[in-house]
Amino acid sequence: MIKHIEALKQDVRFVEGLKSCINCGVCTAICPAAQFYNYDPRMIADTVQKGNEAEIEQLLKSDTIWFCGECLSCKTRCPRGNTPGYIIQALRALSIETGFFIESKQGQKQLAIKRTVGEHILKYGYCVYIDEVNTEMYPEQGPVWDWLKQNRQEVLERLGTSYQKNQSGTLRQIPEESPNDLRRIFDETGATERFEKIETQSALKANEMGMNKNEYFDYLYNDNKEPER
Amino acid sequence: MKNGKNPMWEAYQKEIANDHYYFARSCIRQNFFPAAEDLYLKILRDELGKDIYDDARQTSCTGIAYHSGIIPMETTMTVVARQFALMNEAGYENFVCSCVTSFGIYAEILETWKHFPEKEKQTREALKRATGMTFEIPKNLVHASDLVYKFREEIAAKAKFKLINKQTGEPLKVVDHIGCHYAKIFPKEGIGGAEFPYVLAGMIDEWGGAQVDYPERRHCCGFGFRQYLLKSNRGYSVSNSKKKFDSMEPFHPDLIIANCPGCTFFLDRWQYVISEMDGKTYGENGYGIPVLTYEELAGLLLGYNPWSMGLQLHQVAVEPLLNKLGIEYNPDEKYKGVNGLDLGKPELPNTLKCC
Repeated sequence: MIKHIEALKQDVRFVEGLKSCINCGVCTAICPAAQFYNYDPRMIADTVQKGNEAEIEQLLKSDTIWFCGECLSCKTRCPRGNTPGYIIQALRALSIETGFFIESKQGQKQLAIKRTVGEHILKYGYCVYIDEVNTEMYPEQGPVWDWLKQNRQEVLERLGTSYQKNQSGTLRQIPEESPNDLRRIFDETGATERFEKIETQSALKANEMGMNKNEYFDYLYNDNKEPER
Repeated sequence: MKNGKNPMWEAYQKEIANDHYYFARSCIRQNFFPAAEDLYLKILRDELGKDIYDDARQTSCTGIAYHSGIIPMETTMTVVARQFALMNEAGYENFVCSCVTSFGIYAEILETWKHFPEKEKQTREALKRATGMTFEIPKNLVHASDLVYKFREEIAAKAKFKLINKQTGEPLKVVDHIGCHYAKIFPKEGIGGAEFPYVLAGMIDEWGGAQVDYPERRHCCGFGFRQYLLKSNRGYSVSNSKKKFDSMEPFHPDLIIANCPGCTFFLDRWQYVISEMDGKTYGENGYGIPVLTYEELAGLLLGYNPWSMGLQLHQVAVEPLLNKLGIEYNPDEKYKGVNGLDLGKPELPNTLKCC
């Protein structure tokens, strides 16, 4: 196996993201994640710049690399042209590639994103689709969403959408060739392999924790606490 | 403020082609503001006489999945390449996308291919193997709001209303929220750059309103991709929006307009959530601050029926804004279906006042 730092250097986002960090901390000052989580992008840049394998491996197994919100405010602000948000993208990819993502609770949660957004893309052609969004999973949608869901045929027709219709337009039934193309692109470019890796590693972890597939999803998606056994 | 910062804004003008665009839809806007994109097309085609192509075969750019770390960059590059191939097949050279995340994705991929030509070559080969398609890079890449900005004077000339409080005659106070990926990644891709983005501010100025320059004006709405997508991480998202609301509150905004579909959604819905959690509302008399997309605002000023534009699907009621603008509306039509079919009404929130 190649060194983690060498693997990172093969990722164009790492190459673009780390020029020469001077540890000024401007990225941390502007970072929305640093204001909410115990998270410090300056430390991330510093750790990978030092190139210590053990420290990088610790990052790959940590919750830390999953706290970034990818707003990329750090890219605008860094006086030396670094982008901690890009470094994070490369670290997250390597964390899944090496299987280390399963060592942290935040990393484990990639399963819940794969099962929702990831699968929606292949089913509907888009990351989100009205039929999959309810106020149990997304309570912030509010009572107006419940009203829309209950009356969606009538409301969406009044608004002139193409909901479930075989034509161009909003919320259309996407022609079969499009998700087929996407599936082949996913197969060709590593997304299918990444999905399988997330599922396989998650199944092992769920088994280790004594949970079935759905319990494990609920544990990751809904709650920060482990269920009582 | 306008005079002081304008010289810097003017230094940051980007190229926006005049006509003939391939239109790429947004994952979020289609679902949460389902009339907005067709309203955008109507304004471009019917009001401005532009040629804009809406393709049934297009898909997501996969940006939300990409920024959440579940798919590789190579996948996103190849999906984007397929979109370009569809644009070529339809006979277009200019690409307009209806989502700020997508705009950032497209801009980033084009920039990556400049820095790493081998990545473009690999993408071309992967697309060919997967779909048999080939593609040319667009001559012009813009965000949907760039076109509304470009034609803001033409829209103003046709508008039936201005951003003026009809009762007081004063300009309405409007917050603009640009969305991080519009210009923070590549300032040169955004009108006005990252520091003084003028894409929405230009509409506010042209349409008679007053900009609100509040401390957290450039702060993220808090989407955070994986942070919002997981219920267990969603506190990140609402906290960042709350930081913005608390910062803008002393300026008493009449309206928020947002550039990005996600930002529009969060700035609308998190006001509802904060009202439920803390009993706090940010508008006048227990209402929220109405949040509109740029095309919804243009549609209102052009005199379109608010309920045909889907404004009943915002959780924050828009009626306080309609009243200030002097727009007449029928409240009984708000929650009707086709041909006036009675569909009942949504339940009322516990705190946030709705009409």
